[in-house]
Amino acid sequence: MPVSITTPLSREQARTLRSGDSCLLSGVIYTARDAAHKRLCELAEQGKPLPIDMKDAVIYYVGPTPARPGEAIGSAGPTTSYRMDAYSPLLISLGETGMIGKGKRGPEVVEAMKAHGAVYFGAIGGCGALLSQCVKKAEVVAYEDLGAEAIRRLEVENFPVVVVIDSQGNNLYETGRSAYLESLNG
Amino acid sequence: MREISAEQITQVVRRLCIEANCHLPQDMKGRIEACRAQEGWEPAREILDRIVENYRIADENSRPICQDTGMACVFLKVGQDVHITGDIREAVDEGVRQGYGEGYLRKSVVRDPLDRVNTGDNTPAMLYYELVPGDQLEITVAPKGFGSENMSQIKMLKPSDGLQGVKDFIRRVVEEAGPNPCPPIVVGVGIGGTFDKAAYLAKRALLRPVDRRSEEPFYAKLEDELLEEINTLGVGPQGFGGRTTALAVNIEHCPTHIAGLPVAVNINCHVTRHMTEVL
Repeated sequence: MPVSITTPLSREQARTLRSGDSCLLSGVIYTARDAAHKRLCELAEQGKPLPIDMKDAVIYYVGPTPARPGEAIGSAGPTTSYRMDAYSPLLISLGETGMIGKGKRGPEVVEAMKAHGAVYFGAIGGCGALLSQCVKKAEVVAYEDLGAEAIRRLEVENFPVVVVIDSQGNNLYETGRSAYLESLNG
Repeated sequence: MREISAEQITQVVRRLCIEANCHLPQDMKGRIEACRAQEGWEPAREILDRIVENYRIADENSRPICQDTGMACVFLKVGQDVHITGDIREAVDEGVRQGYGEGYLRKSVVRDPLDRVNTGDNTPAMLYYELVPGDQLEITVAPKGFGSENMSQIKMLKPSDGLQGVKDFIRRVVEEAGPNPCPPIVVGVGIGGTFDKAAYLAKRALLRPVDRRSEEPFYAKLEDELLEEINTLGVGPQGFGGRTTALAVNIEHCPTHIAGLPVAVNINCHVTRHMTEVL
């Protein structure tokens, strides 16, 4: 049974999640990818306020296609996460508790997740048409000039993700693959 | 001499940009569904089911299959007896501009790799020309996402590395890519030629339907062997484990220098899109 989670996601709750857990996210999440992460970290390093509150925030690595008239958002699947590795430790230290993307993360991110209590969720890459159906509302809240890369506030309902890396550093990319390969020898 | 106008080219490119981004080719659908039937690992089957559901939703609603609607890679096979009235580069870019605008597709191109300012209309297209006999113009639009493009590699092997070296390199590229390029993937391989030619062949290999093997028995056998080996790696759909790591390995090859053995691996995701029209 999937775990239902309503955002914001507290550190305590993030710490209870385990690698491999299927979750359905509801509530507010924010979008940010390469260019927005760069800007957020530049502000943080200068000690300036950020355009979104990072405390208990869940950030979705996505650059959606434009919404058609009458729709909340266009196709909206995850982008590859390792490009955000340079920025994630700082954002986690500022309160970010959840990241949604796809693909591997670097050791510096995993260490920050363990130190502060954060999780890395995977959404199914290449399924942007399907995932967009869980997005009920979307509005640009910062960096409109970045187009698809602007920061958007999304209201989602039962958005399907799986915990890839938990706050203890367990990693589904490693355990899932090993379990499958072991099943062949069993 | 047959005349084809820039306007005709623009209209075809415009339509192909929209259609290719919303409708997965039939050969890809058939292959994904066949792999779903063969997949023995339950978590992998569930992901393949979602992938099928996703392209069906995209088909029914004419919505982009994936939010990364790619760089517009446009392949033109220009008949020698065709005269194009107008600027062919501008005609293609105008088609991309209209297609990505009217089709609600994402604009993912920056004008300079270092200053990184978005061009706002997904131009310029990546253009590949080939001159061929005849009086027709064949236009293929292949929107290429960069999650998979970023996992591609090229290596200048030594002739002494031989067939085993080639196989080891291709397998290693796929294993290193792991979950990043949205597996199950299509593996485009270019062997031979020069540094740049090998990369071009690898990209062109991705245009061949995944249910069609190389016309040369040696390479057809190599494609089958590599696919089998890649699908014992255990990476699986999305990297969560399973048999279905790759849907196909497509190899193109070319004569090369006595000192060289270039090998390029261009990876594409389970949304390997392309559409062709002949004028």
